[in-house]
Amino acid sequence: MTPSNPRQSLQGASFNDLFERRPLTFDPSLKRNRLNRLFTGIAGLFGAIAVLPLFLVLIYVLVKGGQLLSFSLFTQLPPPPGLDGGGIGNAVLGTIVVTLVASAIAIPIGVGGGVYLNEYSQRGWFAQFVSFGNDVLAGVPSIISGVFVYGIVVATRIFFNQSYSAVAGGIALAVLMLPTVIKTTDEGLKLVPQELRWGAYGVGASKFVTITRITLPAAFTPIATGIVLAIARAAGETAPLIFTALFSPFWPEGLFNPIATMSVLIFNFAIMPYEAQNALAWAASFVLVIMILAANLLARWISKMARKA
Amino acid sequence: MTTDFRPSGDADAFTLRRRPPAEKLVDTGFRQLTLALASLVAVVLLGIFLVVFDGAREAIGQFGLRFLTTSAWDPVNEEYGAFTAIYGTLVTAILSLVIAVPLGLGTAILITEDMLPRALRDGVGLMVELLAAIPSVVLGLWAIFVMEPAIRPALQLIHTLLGWSPLFDTVPQGPGMAPAILILVVMVLPIITAISRDALNQVPIELRQGAYGVGTTRWGAIFSVILPAAISAITGGVMLALGRAMGETMAVTMIIGNAMNFSPSLLAPGNTIASMLANQFGEADGIQVSALMYAALILMLLTFAVNVMAQWVVRRLSLRY
Repeated sequence: MTPSNPRQSLQGASFNDLFERRPLTFDPSLKRNRLNRLFTGIAGLFGAIAVLPLFLVLIYVLVKGGQLLSFSLFTQLPPPPGLDGGGIGNAVLGTIVVTLVASAIAIPIGVGGGVYLNEYSQRGWFAQFVSFGNDVLAGVPSIISGVFVYGIVVATRIFFNQSYSAVAGGIALAVLMLPTVIKTTDEGLKLVPQELRWGAYGVGASKFVTITRITLPAAFTPIATGIVLAIARAAGETAPLIFTALFSPFWPEGLFNPIATMSVLIFNFAIMPYEAQNALAWAASFVLVIMILAANLLARWISKMARKA
Repeated sequence: MTTDFRPSGDADAFTLRRRPPAEKLVDTGFRQLTLALASLVAVVLLGIFLVVFDGAREAIGQFGLRFLTTSAWDPVNEEYGAFTAIYGTLVTAILSLVIAVPLGLGTAILITEDMLPRALRDGVGLMVELLAAIPSVVLGLWAIFVMEPAIRPALQLIHTLLGWSPLFDTVPQGPGMAPAILILVVMVLPIITAISRDALNQVPIELRQGAYGVGTTRWGAIFSVILPAAISAITGGVMLALGRAMGETMAVTMIIGNAMNFSPSLLAPGNTIASMLANQFGEADGIQVSALMYAALILMLLTFAVNVMAQWVVRRLSLRY
């Protein structure tokens, strides 16, 4: 058998010499079929292991946290160390405040940046640089964002000579939200058919009017989905807050004072040696997880509804 | 001549309108505004680097490269070295990936390759995505009170069996590197699964049909056709997950034990750069802040290198089919 001319070597051999005759019915005892079942079993096992932690975490959070669910949980302050009872009212409020500050900063900047990338930039070197920078920013560890905001806001005391503040925490979260918002805006605008823009220009609309009245509304669903997911992620972030927003055992005292958040409360109270505090950490986890899962399911529902329409 | 578009007799039917200056101003103003907002990304990124680098300068001057290889962390004598934290960062991140990659890839194959009924497949996919949404700090809480006590007997067993090796020569007593690795597995699993699933879904249907057409089995097709076609995106996803694992802070901080003295053992308490920052940054002063900034700079450069490599891998390894 010379590999240089396989056709010639085929001529002398009959079909039976070349191919072993086998029945064409499926034979489960063949090695290839047994291997096939083995690997399918392994994949199934891996899938089960991957889903297991979600179940376990959810069950523990719902059971341990749900036990404490009561009206006073949302209306009372956390107790001093060693005492029982109390609630996480200030932390629930604080999480909402800090997340709103972050959204108010990150959404306009992110949507504007995304509009520039997709509608104006023509993908030149600057746009590529911004896209690359955006990817890098998305990979920056969340704790580094906290260090950054500590350096420019907390240590310098630029806001009314206040150091730790709700605004500082909001800025740190905004740094984390920004790449997601830019990316989803850019990707969402890419999906808008070019004909819509041409149509708008055709009836005499300016570029500003086209973008604000035609393009952005057409891309509303993917952008809204991305923003909801970004907010949900920011609400659960802890690392950027521990030395920007810090913590406070009191009710929020405006935007320029330290503020309690649920995520920092969980961190602080989980490592305390007091049962009451540990229990409140579970309760805060319950509230936080329910809020975040609800936001995720909402985002999913928005995009599903839009696909049907 | 531009005004002659007007049809004769009916003056209102069609008029050519000149754009008023205000409209032009709004138009260019909006363009400049979005340009400025887009530039903010670069400004923030540069700002992060400058703030961290500026903060680290003092420590860089004092400790130099010795910082990377020594493990003294002594606020009293003002002697700092980050080897313990760097070792912890790399070991926890890499070992968690060693466990998470087969699990995530297996799950991704399970939900893309038509092995389960559609509803179950979507269910598994949804679960893994929701797992990604659970905050790190909640996973940390769960790790402290549920996971770590539950796995301690298993770690004890590993210690009795493999205690001769320096990797397992400490008695597991609560927080340590091993539980931190396991909680990192939980955190990077959704990323690897999601990216692998997207990569597998993008493999052209013709490749699958061709493989099945020449009579291969399902796993024959997966191993010799589908995985090689998707390998670039999967590798990119694994690198992104590595970056995420190195920078992950809260869950690790809560379960790793935050020991500043070096031990190679996986069963001993350890430290990562991120957990060291979370623990000490708020209370540090003087040269310790600078040393922490230096560690933060190392963490930034590590994640930056990994992320850039991820993008490079995706471009370099992608098959042309």
